[in-house]
Amino acid sequence: MIAEIGHFALILALAVALVQATIPLIGASRGNATWMALSGPTSTAQVLLIGISFAALMHAYVTSDFSVMNVAQNSHTDKPMLYKVAGVWGNHEGSLLLWITILALFGFAVTLFGRNLPPGLKSRALAVQAMITVGFLLFILLTSNPFARLEPPPINGSGLNPLLQDPGLAFHPPLLYLGYVGFSMAFSFAIAALIEGRVDAAWARWVRPWTLAAWVFLTCGIALGSWWAYYELGWGGWWYWDPVENASFMPWLAGTALLHSAVVVEKRDALKSWTILLAITAFGLSLLGTFLVRSGVITSVHAFATDPARGVFILGLLVVAIGGSFLLYALRAPTLKTGGLFAPLSREGALLLNNVLMATGAGTVLLGTLYPLFADALDLGKVSVGPPFFNSVFLPLMVPMVLAMGIGPLMSWKRGDLAGALSRLKVAAIVALIVAIVTWVAQGGSLGPWWAAAGMGLAVWLLLGTLTELAERTRLFRVPVGQSLLRLGKLPRAAWGMTLTHAGLAVFIAGMTASSAWKVESVQSQKIGETVTVAGYAFTLKTVQDVQGPNYIASRGTFEVTKDGAHFAVMQPQKRSYKMPPMPTTEAAIETTFLGDVYAVVGDASSDGGYVTRLYFNPLVVWMWFGTAMMVFGGLVSLSDRRHRIGAPTRAPTHVPANSVKA
Amino acid sequence: MTRKKRRLYFVILGLLAIGTAAALVLSALRQDIVFFFSPSEIMEAKVPTEGRRIRLGGLVEQGSVVKQGALVHFKVTDGAHSLPVVFEGLLPDLFREGQGVVTEGRMGDGVFMASEVLAKHDENYMPKEVAESLKKSGHWQGEQPK
Repeated sequence: MIAEIGHFALILALAVALVQATIPLIGASRGNATWMALSGPTSTAQVLLIGISFAALMHAYVTSDFSVMNVAQNSHTDKPMLYKVAGVWGNHEGSLLLWITILALFGFAVTLFGRNLPPGLKSRALAVQAMITVGFLLFILLTSNPFARLEPPPINGSGLNPLLQDPGLAFHPPLLYLGYVGFSMAFSFAIAALIEGRVDAAWARWVRPWTLAAWVFLTCGIALGSWWAYYELGWGGWWYWDPVENASFMPWLAGTALLHSAVVVEKRDALKSWTILLAITAFGLSLLGTFLVRSGVITSVHAFATDPARGVFILGLLVVAIGGSFLLYALRAPTLKTGGLFAPLSREGALLLNNVLMATGAGTVLLGTLYPLFADALDLGKVSVGPPFFNSVFLPLMVPMVLAMGIGPLMSWKRGDLAGALSRLKVAAIVALIVAIVTWVAQGGSLGPWWAAAGMGLAVWLLLGTLTELAERTRLFRVPVGQSLLRLGKLPRAAWGMTLTHAGLAVFIAGMTASSAWKVESVQSQKIGETVTVAGYAFTLKTVQDVQGPNYIASRGTFEVTKDGAHFAVMQPQKRSYKMPPMPTTEAAIETTFLGDVYAVVGDASSDGGYVTRLYFNPLVVWMWFGTAMMVFGGLVSLSDRRHRIGAPTRAPTHVPANSVKA
Repeated sequence: MTRKKRRLYFVILGLLAIGTAAALVLSALRQDIVFFFSPSEIMEAKVPTEGRRIRLGGLVEQGSVVKQGALVHFKVTDGAHSLPVVFEGLLPDLFREGQGVVTEGRMGDGVFMASEVLAKHDENYMPKEVAESLKKSGHWQGEQPK
């Protein structure tokens, strides 16, 4: 019964979405305030109906109602509660329902916080939002109904893929979707602005915080996925340039570019049509990402069994949404008035450079991800495009970007002083060079990869460049230190946000470079009592025992690890065999230190009486997670800036509701 | 700085970035992409495999897996031909005889030296390329029932 209510609520939501997608739009073009105002209650109704539907599926999972096919195929009574809940989105149908629930929440947020938005813009944006909802609701109802019943219900379910039974992955999809769907806000407002033919600072002030929030979620989601791959798959790697990973990385790149160009629109009233284009692209890439992951058109190491028939539907949705938006853009963008002028060497110029490089980077990732499809269609053979391609194409494009990231913030708006900025960065440049040389010498010259020195140098350049900018803002060493500290305290939070994210990226680059360049790996058959030394850590395999888990049995290896003769840690990696579904997984044991992760995996017994073990030393891995955390924190700090608070923007200061600042 | 000049600057910047990217992409497409072949294509010497990094896909032949310390020998078959593979390292959790597999590496002397055996996250998952090459050689068994 509850499942049927959920299903019915979705159908009602579709009807409401159809109304919301049309009436307010017509109202806005005719200037009919009543019709426009309809977007408010309809978006509220949407969030309620879709919320009911989501709650119904959640109920089916929590109570293990196996008469619902989706639950029977993906859950099991023995599963811990966390994974019963996470099981809701651990499958195709449920994850789409989550997608659309989040979409409805964002639509509702416009109604809730956007009371002082111009009614035309608001109703048009909500109508566009509803069009996306219609597309996805149709997709769910026609091809992927999560509430389909099973007759007769099985005694127990088939269980969730054990790799997904992990806290990291339980929260990965919701965060990723909050990011993907968050870009729908920028998209809807971009389309609405195109229809209106007007983009101004108020538009950018509204779009910026939402884009920033989406960016924070997406960053978190990608990092969580990467972290999961690192500790759960037992391969010791954290990024494989796999299509599924790229699918989340491309919207991130476009979103990052959008974040920066929206600043230019807000502050300088320039780059408007470019910003609109980026908003469309960021969401378009999110849709493409959903399509790639859900359709299975591309072979991916992270791929799960998929249904190609559904792919056709999403492809259609993709063509209509992206094609339609680009068409509208082509027709309306020329009518947008260009605003403030600026010299090439200026803050705007630097942000534009960032945008061009980000967009080109996203373009190359897109090309590499889709190339196997083209090659197959054009009969050029079956190919896979992997890490070597992306490393030799994407990374070189990011070098000038990181160099510019050090300089850009020191340039002033409109017309910057490049020579002056460079002279202030002298110290940063010299230290970066020294670090690069020291790195080169320390790794034994050409014994290590040449790019390791460059990567470390770039990281230091970016970190010191960012700190230089902070010092400039506080006039450090030019006024008494006390006064500098006072200035530091008065910096706007948005400035802190930038400093934190840029510094976070610097820390990330250092971690990424070190862990890729100097990873030490050793695979061998190890007998009980035998010692293997990796990067100075001596691993002695003590025992391998069977242990019992809630829904699996595992063989657990125990390593005693010593460094320089002193005890370092006892590490216990496992190889688990889950009962339902019957599937083995590897649980790596990881000891994190500031300088690197000690990582151990135990495998099957080998014919000579030992066990196959894989031991790693992954340098500076924790720096990557810490750098990412800094970036996310920076985003949050910037989001808390009063000027960025959602609901703060006003186009005309005539009417400001007192309680509009809520976020 | 006139409007025209700014647009010119924008265009030049864009062309520069796209040009660089295109050059990088073209050189990478020549060296860095990996072709996928079935055992038949390699055994019948239809394709150039000398020294190139390639992917080999098919089914792990029943009874062919021999473990020797950290070294694993097995055969990949598409029904028509089977090719011996040698791999050093930990096999992915879902590696099993009779299951689809994709390996990456280089051809040695009649033996495929795999440096990677690609793991899948789902036991019912059949790599697309493997499914197609099995279909081609007439040994397709259809989707495995869940």
